[in-house]
Amino acid sequence: MTDFIDAFKTALGLIVTLDPNLVEILFLSLKVSLTAVAIASLLGFAIGGALAVYRFPGRGTVSAILSALMGLPPVVAGLIVYLLLSNVGPLGVLQLLYTPTAMIIAQVILVTPIIGALTRQACEDLLEEYDEQLRSLGASSGAIVVTLLWDGRYRLITAVLAGFGRAIAEVGAVMIVGGNIDHVTRTMTTAIALETSKGNIALALALGILLLAIAFAVNATLIGVQRLANRLAYA
Amino acid sequence: MLDPTTPLQGLGDRLAAPPLPVEVRSLVYETGGKRVIDGLDVTIDSGGMTAIMGPNGAGKSILLRLLHGLIVPTAGDILWAGRTMDRQLARRQAMVFQRPVLLRRSVAANVSHALGLRGIVRPERAIRVDEALKLAGLEAHATTPARVLSGGEQQRLCLARALSLEPDVLFLDEPTSSLDPTSTLAIERLLLGAQRRGIKIILVTHDIGQARRLARDVIFMHRGRVIEHQDCEGFFEHPRSDGARAFLNGGLVL
Repeated sequence: MTDFIDAFKTALGLIVTLDPNLVEILFLSLKVSLTAVAIASLLGFAIGGALAVYRFPGRGTVSAILSALMGLPPVVAGLIVYLLLSNVGPLGVLQLLYTPTAMIIAQVILVTPIIGALTRQACEDLLEEYDEQLRSLGASSGAIVVTLLWDGRYRLITAVLAGFGRAIAEVGAVMIVGGNIDHVTRTMTTAIALETSKGNIALALALGILLLAIAFAVNATLIGVQRLANRLAYA
Repeated sequence: MLDPTTPLQGLGDRLAAPPLPVEVRSLVYETGGKRVIDGLDVTIDSGGMTAIMGPNGAGKSILLRLLHGLIVPTAGDILWAGRTMDRQLARRQAMVFQRPVLLRRSVAANVSHALGLRGIVRPERAIRVDEALKLAGLEAHATTPARVLSGGEQQRLCLARALSLEPDVLFLDEPTSSLDPTSTLAIERLLLGAQRRGIKIILVTHDIGQARRLARDVIFMHRGRVIEHQDCEGFFEHPRSDGARAFLNGGLVL
């Protein structure tokens, strides 16, 4: 128990003194996940909005697959990207394996279905209410998509935060395609896994505390967005 | 009335003859295996408001949507001054629904968005938004989120938005059915003003008093057909059909 308390003290010390190693890992994690979520948001909004508005054969199937992919295990996403990027893979020439770019690609694959499916649901709910009015006003399908995305903005923020929560916390995908290389592809989650197995509980714990803090911050933002939306009757 | 030296947006549209009368011939609409409009014939001409009345399920709202082009008839023709419905005609129409449909945006943005969809350029949009909000008495609420307005204010905004498009024909589907008398009166005033500016108004209403106050002619529908169409006074004083008589006496129409 004293070991644990010591480790905890050391961990807090690392955070308070802004230990360079810790900060480097934190920033890489944030860079990878924020970039991935930004890309996944653009893709997810477009896919979700289009699925809600356009009618085409196979639309139901695509929606169902998208929803199912929300539960894609990170290790599977990692494996797929690994196969694509490995030297013998179709994108091997790009030499991207074990780089932050590879990790971003894997997290985009992981997060796009989450944002896409939540966007589709938000847009469909709105469309049910708006459809006749928008068609009466003469809106084209493209204009309807834009209208729905903007009017669903509070729910889309929620979707983006859900995606970010998923990306920052996952370990499987970044471990496989990043390789957990010190100073290059070491993120908070892969570092926690490694340092714990090495017995360096202090650093693992410090990173764990930061991850928890991020999770709390994301959740607090979610609640704030929800409250604002309700107050403006925009929910 | 119009200063010939002032170029006006949409002037061509407004000066062109309103696309009336609308002639409906042998109109049929089926949905879910049910024939809800069953060989309907009617002609609605310009001048005065036209009220569509009838029991629930008579097909009034469906007829309105068919006229507006929101749904496509199974069979039959709808001719606007001899023309079938097209995009250009649709742009000269507007509709207000029973339940106000407002975007999750400010009061002003709701009007502005509609004008944008009709291709009105921004400077012109701002002017028309101001006019519309003034007309509806909502200018103090321009930046308020539209969905925190009261029910009456929301419907007034919907009507103002529709009127800002300067339509030739305005459809209303029971616009005041869930409003209190004061709000209803405000809507009716706006409608009378719009009619004076030459907008053809076709409204579905269950409110006999409202039809008497507003309409020039009444179309009475039953089971997907028009069973009576005559001027307002005649309809209420001397209804010709048994169905209309029963309806006006508060009896059940079967």
